[in-house]
Amino acid sequence: MDYTASQSGFRQRKLQPNMRQRNSTMDGSDGSQLFEDTSGVGLGAQTGYRNQMAGPQAAGLTGQSLLSDPMSNLAMAYGSSLASQGREMVDKNLDRFIPISKLKYYFAVDTVYVGKKLGLLVFPYMHENWEVSYQQDTPVAPRFDVNAPDLYIPAMGFITYVLVAGLALGTQDRFSPELLGVQASSAFVWLIMEVLAVLLSLYLVTVNTDLTTIDLLAFSGYKYVGMIVGVVAGLLFGRPAYYLSLLWCCAAIFVFMIRTLRLKLLSEAAAEGRLVRGTRNQLRMYLTMSIAAAQPIFMYWLTYHLIR
Amino acid sequence: MAFTLYSLIQTAILCTNAVAVLHEERFLSKIGWGVEHGVGGFGDDPGVKAQVLNLIRSVRTVMRVPLIIVNTACIVLLLLFG
Repeated sequence: MDYTASQSGFRQRKLQPNMRQRNSTMDGSDGSQLFEDTSGVGLGAQTGYRNQMAGPQAAGLTGQSLLSDPMSNLAMAYGSSLASQGREMVDKNLDRFIPISKLKYYFAVDTVYVGKKLGLLVFPYMHENWEVSYQQDTPVAPRFDVNAPDLYIPAMGFITYVLVAGLALGTQDRFSPELLGVQASSAFVWLIMEVLAVLLSLYLVTVNTDLTTIDLLAFSGYKYVGMIVGVVAGLLFGRPAYYLSLLWCCAAIFVFMIRTLRLKLLSEAAAEGRLVRGTRNQLRMYLTMSIAAAQPIFMYWLTYHLIR
Repeated sequence: MAFTLYSLIQTAILCTNAVAVLHEERFLSKIGWGVEHGVGGFGDDPGVKAQVLNLIRSVRTVMRVPLIIVNTACIVLLLLFG
């Protein structure tokens, strides 16, 4: 505990000098600065504008005749205030339906994280510490912690799966553009049904966990990586390669899910590996095993018709 | 295997209708799934059966009116568009 706290504290201290350079006033909703604010508009733009004064001045000299007219000045000011008002309204209403700020957390990734996570999905056997590190009660962004769930890999994996499925169907002369849509909606429906089934079973077993729906969506989306590896191997090297690589990826996803969910679903004692009796712990163990076992089943179900 | 989002919506409506149709006195009490069986046990471990009964009861209470609306809309749409 102390080690992770000091580790995340160290990372926070390294973050802060970057933040102070970019903007002097911090946005309230963006407290942990998931992304560097590279846009020119926004709260902290004053310091940015002062730095960029040299640039627009050259452009401003040529257009000065247009801008010095007071009527057009007024019109421009009115137009820009209308635009910012409209944008605020859209942001506020959109935030009510889709929690955009929460979604941003799941896309705060970088290349190193994606590389490490993909390696972990295919070979989870050497990784030792599966705990998600926290930073003052909020989980650290995926950029800083390999164990944190993200939505980037599932989203990219889903799209790649649809494209690879189209490719596989094309090599067998069974392709038509509608089939891409059919594959996509079919896989999406299975994903939604799986997430709903997991949510229902979590409710029935009364597990007190901090797994959100989006976390479950992320975990269910990790299987697309294994599916893509299997289908590509099957396309390149034939059916035996498909079965071998699918078997490897199924085992890897099974171990990955068990090790990740063990810390979130099971009680403290059971998570450390000690045998704890009691029907409730048994139910939780069965739940973890069945969630993990459903992944290989879905992986086979969604890909076997692509390799003939 | 060609699932579409439309079939998912159909499945959801059919399942919710199925849960809403279970009558409290005539059926659920007869098989021991009535209200009085579910609420017992004030410890912090409700058990799976109590959770299922709670779920059935809450779905029936909450979804009664929206289901009327959704079913009417479905009937009208199916009549108009086949």
